[in-house]
Amino acid sequence: MDWEVVIGLETHAQLATHSKIFSGAATAFGAAPNVQACAVDLALPGVLPVLNRSAVDCAIRFGLATGAAIASRSIFARKNYFYPDLPKGYQISQFEIPVVSGGTMSIELEGKVKQVRLTRAHLEEDAGKSLHEDFHGLSGIDLNRAGTPLLEIVSEPDLRSATEAVAYARALHRLVTWIGICDGNMQEGSFRCDANVSVRPRGQSELGTRCEIKNLNSFRFLEKAIEYEIRRQIELIEAGGVVVQETRLYDPDRDETRSMRSKEDAQDYRYFPDPDLLPLHIDAAWIGEVQARMPELPDAMQQRFIEQFGLSLYDAGVLTASRSMASYFLELLPYAANDAKLCANWVSGELSAALHREGLEIQDSRVSPRQLGGLLKRIQDGTISGKMGKELFDILWREGGEADALIEARGLQQISDVSSLEGIVESLMAEYPAQVAEYRAGKEKVFGFFVGRAMKASGGRANPEQLNAVLKQRLKAE
Amino acid sequence: MALTDTDLKRLARLARLRLEESEITGLQGQFAGILGLIDQLQAVDTRGIEPLSHALDLGLRLREDLVTETDQRARFQSVAPQVEEGLYLVPKVIE
Repeated sequence: MDWEVVIGLETHAQLATHSKIFSGAATAFGAAPNVQACAVDLALPGVLPVLNRSAVDCAIRFGLATGAAIASRSIFARKNYFYPDLPKGYQISQFEIPVVSGGTMSIELEGKVKQVRLTRAHLEEDAGKSLHEDFHGLSGIDLNRAGTPLLEIVSEPDLRSATEAVAYARALHRLVTWIGICDGNMQEGSFRCDANVSVRPRGQSELGTRCEIKNLNSFRFLEKAIEYEIRRQIELIEAGGVVVQETRLYDPDRDETRSMRSKEDAQDYRYFPDPDLLPLHIDAAWIGEVQARMPELPDAMQQRFIEQFGLSLYDAGVLTASRSMASYFLELLPYAANDAKLCANWVSGELSAALHREGLEIQDSRVSPRQLGGLLKRIQDGTISGKMGKELFDILWREGGEADALIEARGLQQISDVSSLEGIVESLMAEYPAQVAEYRAGKEKVFGFFVGRAMKASGGRANPEQLNAVLKQRLKAE
Repeated sequence: MALTDTDLKRLARLARLRLEESEITGLQGQFAGILGLIDQLQAVDTRGIEPLSHALDLGLRLREDLVTETDQRARFQSVAPQVEEGLYLVPKVIE
């Protein structure tokens, strides 16, 4: 049987505000337990929530960035359930009228662009954290995270494979960090996904029964959990079984999903409008003001790089992977006479590899755009070869300094003058008369042997084109 | 509309209330009364009326994104039944 996979994602993006969504407590990560949990977060009697303007600002930014509708009037609701890390006994969320509805995200797969529809994005507060390590058989509760602002972004079931789901999650991650509404730190839980997965026979229009996999906090786990879940559902159905609607958890150690709770035990959240909070009004002036502060969006910039600089879709994607990556590239360009392809190759090649090796972000690069630009300038004018450039880059990375001074001090210039190259070639020919004879007898492969030897003799500094020309001319001559 | 025993127990569980068997009959009667009032509300013709989400016809007041709270953990935890290493301790719950 040919199966079609249907996936929708719900993503929680923690909003990059200083204070909580309904209180003036700090949201900074890593504080000692409960020192950032104030009376409102603890739900002490008599407190009232007051909405943080910046959290709304973030939601508007997201709505504008995805071409969604921003509600002029939206409603906060109570989602009721009992858990020790939820002191009020309800989470303040949005239900019937969310702040953002609709919108689309573009994802790119093997050079093809696909549109994924968004259902909605709504504002809500996070819960605290339960620590189940042993406190004499009790659980420890840290409420620092309680009340941290979240934007829950819900996609339509438009994704058709684990790969597409990951591409969507990555695109969303790029967007929310790009527009500055989320720091995107997945280890710290700032960006986490729930995946709704179902399968159906290809061609069938109604959806299969779905399972929801909760709390996937890395792209790799997202992909593996979905792949496992697809296999599980198909094998189950093909063996004559039925998929039961349920919530599942992914266990990365065993690479499998496990049932957490079935639909029968599913919570009834009894949503109702929160009487503590009046409707949220957003007028056109506010939206206009946010629009005026929006940066060029990643998709638009990627398209511009393709059109303006003639870069490939792939290169343009690498350079717009983050806003700091794009600024680095744009800053580098003028130093290298606006040779976009050369800059793109170095940024996505040597620079990215070095950053990756040390686990650094581009804004913490040890080689600045000015330093790299100085190096590229000398490749362009032929002072150094590309290969020497890489060596020079390593030196710049490790020791710092300026390209020109280092080339001078370490004698990295290419040997381009014909007489020096002729000297090298002639001594080689004297050393290897047999190979010269073979070449002249028509065995052209021997040419490569001479190139290698000459390069070695020059300490790798011979200008490859010049060397080829000199070699051809000398070897040919009787 | 009458509630069955099962409905009532489920409601009690959702509200985290312990219900003795002896209380069920009495509560069924009280619930029937409440649901009767709701039936009365449901009977009103609300076509063309915009749903009301709040009794006040006002918009939400917003605050600026400023950290205004200081660490009051010691005071808050002085009334907590059990604390350790800055954490509130509660009976163990694992889903």
